[in-house]
Amino acid sequence: FYLTPPQVNSILKANEYSFKVPEFDGKNVSSVLGFDSNQLPANAPIEDRRSAATCLQTRGMLLGVFDGHAGCACAQAVSERLFYYIAVSLLPHETLLEIENAVESGRALLPILQWHKHPNDYFSKEASKLYFNSLRTYWQELIDLNSGETTDVREALINAFKRLDNDISLEAQVGDPNSFLNYLVLRVAFSGATACVAHVDGIDLHIANTGDSRAMLGVQEEDGSWSAVNLSYDHNAQNEHEVERVKMEHPKSEEKSLVKQDRLLGLLMPFRAFGDVKFKWSIELQKRVIESGPDQLNDNEYTKFIPPNYYTPPYLTAEPEVIHHKLRPQDKFLVLATDGLWETMHRQDVARIVGEYLTGVHHQQPIAVGGYKVTLGQMHGLLTERRARISSVFEDQNAATHLIRHAVGNNEFGTVDHERLSKMLSLPEELARMYRDDITIIVVQFNSHVI
Amino acid sequence: AAGMFLRLLSDIQWRAANPKWRRMTSSQRSTSTTAEPHPVSLPAQAQVVICGGGITGTSVAYHLSKMGWKDIVLLEQGRLAAGTTRFCAGIVSTARPVSIELKMAHYSNKLYQQLEQETGVPTGYTRTGSLSLAQTQDRLISLKRVASSLNVMGIPCEIITPKQALQLHPLINIHDLVGAMYVPEDALVTSANVSLALATAASRNGVQIHERTSVSHVTVHKGRVTGVETDRGRIQCQYFVNCAGQWAYELGHSGEEPVHIPLHACEHFYLLTHPLAEPLSSSLPTVVDPDGRIYVRNWQGGILSGGFEKNPKPLFTEGRNQLEIQNLQEDWDHFGPLLSSLLRRMPGLEALQILQLVNCPESFTPDMRCIMGESPTARGYFVLAGMNSAGISYGGGAGKYLAEWMVNGYPSDNVWPLDLKRFGTLQSSRTFLRHRVMEVMPLMCDLKVPRWDFQTGRQLRTSPLYDRLDAQGARWMEKHGFERVKYFVPPGKDLLDLDHSKTFYKPDWFDIVGAEVKCCKEAVCVIDMSSFTKFEISSTGDQALESLQYLFSNDLDVPVGHVVHTGMLNEKGGYENDCSIARLSKRSFFMISPTDQQVHCWAWLKNRLPDDSNLTLEDVTWKYTALNLIGPRAVDVLSELSYAPMTAEHFPSLFCKEMSVGYANGIRVMSITHTGEPGFVLYIPIEYALHVYNEVMNMGQKYGIRNAGYYALRSLRIEKFFAFWGQDLDAFTTPMECGREFQVKLEKGMEFVGQEALLEQKQNGVYKRFTMFILEDHDTDMDLWPWWGEPIFRNGRYVGKTTSSAYSYTLERHVCLGFVHNFDEKTGEELVVTTDFINQGEYEIDIAGQRFQAKAKLYPFSSLFAQRRRKDEVELSGYQRE
Repeated sequence: FYLTPPQVNSILKANEYSFKVPEFDGKNVSSVLGFDSNQLPANAPIEDRRSAATCLQTRGMLLGVFDGHAGCACAQAVSERLFYYIAVSLLPHETLLEIENAVESGRALLPILQWHKHPNDYFSKEASKLYFNSLRTYWQELIDLNSGETTDVREALINAFKRLDNDISLEAQVGDPNSFLNYLVLRVAFSGATACVAHVDGIDLHIANTGDSRAMLGVQEEDGSWSAVNLSYDHNAQNEHEVERVKMEHPKSEEKSLVKQDRLLGLLMPFRAFGDVKFKWSIELQKRVIESGPDQLNDNEYTKFIPPNYYTPPYLTAEPEVIHHKLRPQDKFLVLATDGLWETMHRQDVARIVGEYLTGVHHQQPIAVGGYKVTLGQMHGLLTERRARISSVFEDQNAATHLIRHAVGNNEFGTVDHERLSKMLSLPEELARMYRDDITIIVVQFNSHVI
Repeated sequence: AAGMFLRLLSDIQWRAANPKWRRMTSSQRSTSTTAEPHPVSLPAQAQVVICGGGITGTSVAYHLSKMGWKDIVLLEQGRLAAGTTRFCAGIVSTARPVSIELKMAHYSNKLYQQLEQETGVPTGYTRTGSLSLAQTQDRLISLKRVASSLNVMGIPCEIITPKQALQLHPLINIHDLVGAMYVPEDALVTSANVSLALATAASRNGVQIHERTSVSHVTVHKGRVTGVETDRGRIQCQYFVNCAGQWAYELGHSGEEPVHIPLHACEHFYLLTHPLAEPLSSSLPTVVDPDGRIYVRNWQGGILSGGFEKNPKPLFTEGRNQLEIQNLQEDWDHFGPLLSSLLRRMPGLEALQILQLVNCPESFTPDMRCIMGESPTARGYFVLAGMNSAGISYGGGAGKYLAEWMVNGYPSDNVWPLDLKRFGTLQSSRTFLRHRVMEVMPLMCDLKVPRWDFQTGRQLRTSPLYDRLDAQGARWMEKHGFERVKYFVPPGKDLLDLDHSKTFYKPDWFDIVGAEVKCCKEAVCVIDMSSFTKFEISSTGDQALESLQYLFSNDLDVPVGHVVHTGMLNEKGGYENDCSIARLSKRSFFMISPTDQQVHCWAWLKNRLPDDSNLTLEDVTWKYTALNLIGPRAVDVLSELSYAPMTAEHFPSLFCKEMSVGYANGIRVMSITHTGEPGFVLYIPIEYALHVYNEVMNMGQKYGIRNAGYYALRSLRIEKFFAFWGQDLDAFTTPMECGREFQVKLEKGMEFVGQEALLEQKQNGVYKRFTMFILEDHDTDMDLWPWWGEPIFRNGRYVGKTTSSAYSYTLERHVCLGFVHNFDEKTGEELVVTTDFINQGEYEIDIAGQRFQAKAKLYPFSSLFAQRRRKDEVELSGYQRE
């Protein structure tokens, strides 16, 4: 079975999306030029999600990737809701009041976010009312708490993450009279999702990360070469600090059972996540909710299963680690991606491939003869080789797509091998997951003219 | 080794200001005797100021001074011949498809040949000959067509086999060739030196040359050039000549009154190599491989090879502020495909060492033809630019024609195809030019088949019915920016795609157009003719009539409501325009001319109408949609829609009346069709266009109405021997020469332009005669189709060329129209052409080297005319010498 290059392209490009920050008077005054994003599923359906939006009541842009596990329900919910929680956390007191008054009197609401969505990125209509009510409760509390201080982005991010995870947990405990919604909130709570979110406002870049997705900055050195700077830490067994933290939070007696086979309680890869109430609730609460829940939940062996050595919950948190970075002129782009990318590619290669892609082939060193002795035949050979090398770049109009092409198709020499690409993409559904994970990538390009 | 080489290259930063090319030309520069190292002050006034010291500017100066004009100043912003001219490949090639271009190139060749002797400046002129290769049969056909034209011009040329080509040039790979054309007299020159030689001669004739002087703008007062402003002061002048090459567009736009010169620069690359191990002979012919998109000439023992790539790089779209010419980068990646093509054609060059890749911008025009002539808005403002990479080939001849134009008022040959006035402001948009030249540059090498159309810069001017017609299967062509229907593809029928429909044989639309023609003959068709140029001329008193009587050859003092076909002639009696004029009232006239007359006719009338505020001339082209109802049932459709009798008794031929059609009032209905079929043209105020069209189509249903396009129209008019301006008629053709004396009223009681010349012709006879040819032994399905420009042979001797052709569905034969001359057998002198001379010959038409027997006719087949006509139309058979 063999896919032709156009077939490969149509698979790779099915989910690609690009956004360019609009220009005023021919100038882009934002520190963000725009972004490219794309997803390649391995699971069916894909469990990764992505979001991007511009904050309308405060400045800044939000971008995030979400890697779901045990289903996509949690990742879906987080992708819809988290940015609202962040935006609300960032709003000044007066704006919150204005919004609350508008809701109270049935007036039109100030728009909070402008979404930049691919047609495949959907929002659930059924749960919007429920989600809205939870969000409203949150801002009402913020109004009551009015500290009078200006909002710190780091704090806002942490609060938003924690609050949303809390709401997910509460909604599942309370349930909903509508049976569809009831089942939905339970599925959201019993599945899990990691999140890696960037907030860019001028030269202030904040990364809030929960789990093992990763944010990486592409930096162009003075000599034109590319290097990578990590802007997040993976929350998994490879991160010593993370292992240490988990151990600190539980009695010494559990030290051996806490992390087994590089997994939390021998089960979960990421050490932080949204949802996953099986790692957060007490055994009693879990049993009560499952028993009172719909039959589908009861029949599900996974949800009923209680992790072994489960003594002192919660074992899991959604609290993010936030890194603040002040953008510099040499910081050209940011890559947010789920672990599907980082498993196959080293960040240094990611920086180079995206950097070379964004600066374009025309910026590549032009060939020059100068005073050297070059024959027509040699030149011809050289040009042919260069053409072959750049043709894969020309196929992509989207940096994320270009990166996926490399992630899936790279051979041992670091160049895209069409045959390999074709094989990897034509794997049957049940095999695909064994060879690769869902990949979701957002590449944000910064505006050097402003920074 | 290749890897090593790659690393070496990446370490080097190539600077385009490499001294290498300077060295290459500096030795030539020292030969210049005209360059003044230190500026001499500019004169305060001159008769002529020429801007641009490249091949065109120096050629104009050379020819003007030869013709006796001495008070000339030539300004060059840098050094003489230092722009595109210096970088030019220096190939003088006469193999050009357009006849006027061929003549220019032929003249240039003869001029350059003797230039060194005349001026003492070595020009590097070497007669090497040229080989044009054909990789396909279609290419060979197009070469054979060119060969036919060259041969009748007396330029030696042969079509040869690939093996013969190999004997002429031992390096070429002939395995994929089907044939070639050899032009032994084509030459090579050092282009900068040709320009310097012309400047030297001009300088000796009194032309003042000032280098390092830039023209900032040209001043115009009351529509006349008054002077130029330069960075070194002002020069008053009566004539200004814009020879600024790729900067001509900007210079034209720099003044208060813009002069639109539609051209745009593209980067153009060619390669120079070191000499071969055994240096190439300097007499080796130049090789042009259009299918491979390349040309190769010998250069100092090595080669010079460039080409016209498929993906050109336009530049200077935003003006010249970006890069100086000398700083343009070499772009090997861009040149790659051409290099592959070169090595495929000459595999033996693999080991040849590269000297340099030269990036030399060239300017291109929207229709691939150069631009010359006088501005329609500023008298005395002349232009010669836009050489489409053939500046050296055309420079000599083009300079001569422009000089003649300035000195005599008109050049010695028909240069309408090159006239600046073929363009208007509409071709002057930068976006349009950028897009169009990206199509034009590859076209330099693409196969040009009959009736090809440009694909870029389209849908600019459209009729209000455009969408409606498009939805009904219309296929479009463009004239002067206006979209016109070629034919309608019936539902369910597919035509070939653009590339596959290219053919020199029977085209895929043959039956479609046949059905449209049949409907015009038997029922009724609608053709949207909105593109035609429409003027209104009116006055408070008799000024309009008096002026028109003077400017037009037919009698316009006709009763109100009459339509008159008339020529707008020049002093020599030649057609500047051919139009229909309706007398709307005693004091106002409505004039319809061909689409591409919009600028030319306007300028012609503006310059000649008296400056009288009581006399107004208005361009109303955009105000009216024109629907042509053609066919015997047109009369029924129209009378049903207007409740007015439209039969010949009530509405005779060549009549014009305002009436209502459907709900719409004020429709100008004229009983003319431009094809000789019965019918009407409706001039509809545009807001009514859709309504009237819908009414006509609904009402016409029961009469079998259908849409038709220009191809049907053309077949109809050609089979009826109707001449068309711009195609058959030009400024060098008089009514007497094309059987149209009936459209001239020599005794209308007052003088008119061209009268004297016509009287003389009537007295002494004509030297060419418009003739219709019916191809006899031509197989429409199997043989090559005629197009235009095919040589006509009478009793085996060349007598002229065709000007248009079409398949006549009625006669089931091809019809060609063209002019027959009578060249004296010994001297070649032109003799009077009599009716007997036409009638007593045996004729053949040469289509790409194959001759077909043709029957000559001076009158159309009367059987083709269905309708009874008014008296003056019966005389269509026209002028006959006793």
